[in-house]
Amino acid sequence: MQHSGAEIIIRLLERQGITQIAGIPGGANLPLYDALKSGLIKHILARHEQGAGFIAQGMARATGKTAVCFGTSGPGATNLLTAIADARLDSIPVVAITGQVPLPLIGTDAFQEIDTYGLTLPITKHNYLVRSTRELLDVIPNAFRIASSGRPGPVVVDIPKDVQSGKIDVESWPEPGEPALSKTPDDRQVEQMVQMIGEAKRPLLYIGGGIVCAGAAELLRRIAEKSSIPVTSTLMGLGAMPTNHPLFLGMLGMHAARYTNMALDECDLLIAAGVRFDDRATGKVAQFCSHAKIIHVDIDASELGKIKMPFVGVQGDVREVLTRTLETMPVRDRGEWYARLCELKTKFPLLMPGSEDPKSPYGCVLHTASAAEPDAIVTTDVGQHQMWVAQSFPFSYPRQLLTSGGLGTMGFGLPAAIGAALACPDRQVICFSGDGSLMMNIQELATAVEEQVNIKVVLMNNSHLGLVRQQQELFYGARFSASKFHHEPDFAAIARGFGLDAYDLGTASDPAGTLRHALSRPGPCLINVPIPAEDKVFPMVPPGAANKDMIGGEVNVNS
Amino acid sequence: MSTVETESKRVKSVLELTVNNHPGVMSHVCGLFSRRAYNVEGILCMPIGEGARSRIWLLVNEDERLDNMVKQLHKLEDVVDLRRHAASHQVFSRLEEFFQV
Repeated sequence: MQHSGAEIIIRLLERQGITQIAGIPGGANLPLYDALKSGLIKHILARHEQGAGFIAQGMARATGKTAVCFGTSGPGATNLLTAIADARLDSIPVVAITGQVPLPLIGTDAFQEIDTYGLTLPITKHNYLVRSTRELLDVIPNAFRIASSGRPGPVVVDIPKDVQSGKIDVESWPEPGEPALSKTPDDRQVEQMVQMIGEAKRPLLYIGGGIVCAGAAELLRRIAEKSSIPVTSTLMGLGAMPTNHPLFLGMLGMHAARYTNMALDECDLLIAAGVRFDDRATGKVAQFCSHAKIIHVDIDASELGKIKMPFVGVQGDVREVLTRTLETMPVRDRGEWYARLCELKTKFPLLMPGSEDPKSPYGCVLHTASAAEPDAIVTTDVGQHQMWVAQSFPFSYPRQLLTSGGLGTMGFGLPAAIGAALACPDRQVICFSGDGSLMMNIQELATAVEEQVNIKVVLMNNSHLGLVRQQQELFYGARFSASKFHHEPDFAAIARGFGLDAYDLGTASDPAGTLRHALSRPGPCLINVPIPAEDKVFPMVPPGAANKDMIGGEVNVNS
Repeated sequence: MSTVETESKRVKSVLELTVNNHPGVMSHVCGLFSRRAYNVEGILCMPIGEGARSRIWLLVNEDERLDNMVKQLHKLEDVVDLRRHAASHQVFSRLEEFFQV
């Protein structure tokens, strides 16, 4: 039977189990949208392609399944780039399908022509420029296989308009693309790992997004408990270990609690699992865990030894490695190490000033957390509010926190929240944002209202690019350059203009009650929370310094 | 002495890649090096067999990043096979006569 390329694409997407796609139509993907109209897939019309890219990311991050976004050629594709690069750095499986000018026009500077293939080459796991309609039968399943295999990542499929409209006979449909099996971990290395854990006096687990991605959170907890190994997490790993677990030490690195970074400095064995030794986590690498032997487990061989040479580097699915480790790992009590950690925790705790006041940063996060539904998904934008959330929100489940870790993209939070809410319609989604970040994709409030998603935007508003201001104050002699917004828009009025309910804790007589009410009502809403511009995220490791050289956040010091 | 040995005191390596033959492959391979500011000293590429595959020869400086570069190359979807040779491999030195000033 004859099918157009566009029909083939839609059919193959349906066969992949795709039920929702975010995107924006344009000249070069009109055939695709025409075929979409008669298919089973629901389309979410974003207001900017970057929004569409982050909606897809929100779906993928909330579920772990590959999600799809559409954009047209030229500006459609360039607008998608940030969301694609973001997915690359956080290893999120996304397939971005872009329209391209017809094959005969490629290379002629045609209207809305851009070299999407060239532009996306360094920010994708793999990319395609499809040259014939028949190729689609291979390319689409392969795109899904690649996006979801091993260490996941984004795949771009650039499809010229005439490839979409061309017709071919299709006798049978190819099998959907599935994740390929990963390399079996080396038994000898796992044995060595178990032995080292048994011999260590002060071991510490350093875990990240790889644990979440592998679905290994439960295993991690059992390993930690069986051998009494404390756990610290990167931003991307938060939620893998329940925040209130006695063995959990919180997030490490630039904005870690003092005790966390100090514990890392004292450990004699670092078990790094599903992490990549990012500079925000390690600080000055030469002084990171300088007394420890390192075991590094990762599915991506190129991560082993990239930043820090491990004593044992195990390539494999962290879930498989941990499963085997758990079987043979000795039970340990490690009373002395645990006592030392408790001492550090008591002497050098994470201070959360103003936690009773919903109009202070920590108070805003904690009041929101206590009024949120227990299984609420949390997204953040990027900046101070992101770090306050990472430090203080009591995460209890993997995939509960969706945040832009590697690329640090302001504008991530709102569309990612929409995507998460669409993928998990039964769950509440809280989007913590800042006034700088929200403005970068604020147009997606329209999408949120149109879809009536259950998202609550908690806007920590200090009329500043707060983390820039903080760094200027601390490291640039308080010479505040371009970090203040001199005009303060009325975000509650803007939200109402888009059709959301909006609340302003600045004018509310009972801020805590207003916040509770706003979170309990159904559908999308925005809560503007004015916070002081002077408030800072502490402790802070200066960029380039060792993690033990933290500024601020000390007990009995006013900072 | 060959140019390979005289041009620079740095130790070099020769990489032999078997890749799928399509227009984007060279960009993928070279992009890995260029975006890390890792200089590729020499490149040779020709189709092999029926033309579905190509062979790419790369002459690169040995530095501490090379092991990681090799791992990154292995990750490329279109790289089918990869071998590392010492700089004494003749593939580049035998081409010298085409590279006289």
